[in-house]
This record gives sequence, structure tokens and C-alpha cells, in this order.
Amino acid sequence: MRWLLVMVIAASTTIADVAQAAAMKSHGEIRDFRPGAIRRLLALLARNKLIITSVTALAISFFAFIALLSVADLSFAVPATAASYVIETVLAKYLLKEPVTAGRWVGASLVACGVLLLSR
Amino acid sequence: MNLPAAHLRLKTRFFTTLVVLSSLCGDFSLSCGMRRVGPLLTLSPLAYLRAVLNPLVALGISLLILWLFLHMALLSWADLSYVLPVTSIGYVLAALAGRLFLHETISAGRWTGIALITAGVVLVARTGGHRPEAAR
Repeated sequence: MRWLLVMVIAASTTIADVAQAAAMKSHGEIRDFRPGAIRRLLALLARNKLIITSVTALAISFFAFIALLSVADLSFAVPATAASYVIETVLAKYLLKEPVTAGRWVGASLVACGVLLLSR
Repeated sequence: MNLPAAHLRLKTRFFTTLVVLSSLCGDFSLSCGMRRVGPLLTLSPLAYLRAVLNPLVALGISLLILWLFLHMALLSWADLSYVLPVTSIGYVLAALAGRLFLHETISAGRWTGIALITAGVVLVARTGGHRPEAAR
């Protein structure tokens, strides 16, 4: 049960992050942080299919996360994300066409190993 | 470095800090709240409703909604392959906070994890974060 929840969390956070990044990339840099502009932006994003996908996936990941927290420590919940560092970096390169340089590959791998070690 | 690039760098750092802090406080609050709510291995909506009515869980959810908005804003100009590794510094901060405030011990293996994450974050942070065209 615990590991099933871990897998659900890893899959749904990956979908949430990649969909969100794709949507925000096509929107472009947010420069106006006045309340009116933020309200208009949120109204616009609420109708964006990728954002709806992302928020739905995030909600699934959230409920799986609190279900996991209720039966396990935070340290057990954390490694769910270790694998997603590598998977999401691969998706960022091939799906989002980001310039994933050597520094980013090595950095993401170090972080994934570190998260695994830290959660023990 | 030209002025818009320096401005964007500062903006990236500022938002990265806020993303890390909101996620850290949100997770901590949720974790404390769920410990009080008790086991939640059910698909019954009522059990989840009862959980989100706990003040600490509610505070955690509010902070995670704030995190979502900050994260979306950051991703509008910074790469996911930058944001994702860099924000993992939150794990290091959580472990150090546990040692400082809750007097948890950190084993040699966990110190190695802290060192690896920190090295990874420094490496990725040096790549700047935003797409070259975003600075112009």
C-alpha cells in the first residue's frame, strides 16, 4: 500500500510539473505583479487545458501524499520524488525542448542520489 | 552582464527562495496536522473532509496553494530542468531544521545526502535558469 502510494505520487507530480512548465513557457515571462494583472492572469490560466491537467494531477498527488503521511513519516514520503528528478529532466529535454546542459544533468543526478540517501 | 539579465537573475533567486520556503512550511504544517488526524487509508470523501478541517492541515493546504502560484510564476521564465533541482535545497533545510529545533540526529549517510544535494543545487544554479531569449 505504501509503495503504491509512492508510485501514484511520483507519476502524478511528474505529469503536474511537465504540464505546468509547458503552459507557463507558452505564456511567457510574468512581469506585472499588480493585483489586477494577477487576477486577469489567473482567470486566463484557469481556462488553460494544460493548467487544468496540472492542477488535477497535483490534487491526486496531494491526496496520495497526505494518505501516505498518515501511515508513514515524512522521510518515507520524500523518496517518491527522487526518481522524478531524473524522469522530469529527461522530459524537460525531449518534451519541453529545454537546453539541458551537462551541469544540469550532473546536478539533477546528484540531487536524486542525495534525496535517496537523506531519506534513509 | 547587462541590466535586464541581472534583473531576471535576481527575480529568479527571489522567487526560488519563496517557492522553497512556502513548500517547506506547507509540508511541515501538513505533516504535524496529519499526525493528529490519524491514519487515512480510505477513499471515503468524508475522511478527507475531516482531515482538511484540521487547522494545521488547512494552513498547510493554504501554503501549498501559495506555492503553486509562485511555482507557476517562476516557470513562466525559468526552465523546469533548473527549477526542479534547485528547489530541492528544501530537503537540506528541512533536515538541518530537524537537527536544530527537534534535536534529531543526522547519520553519516544522511550527511552524505545533504552534501550531494547541495553540490547538485550549486551546479544547476550556475546554469542561470532562464532561457537565453527571456533575458532580452
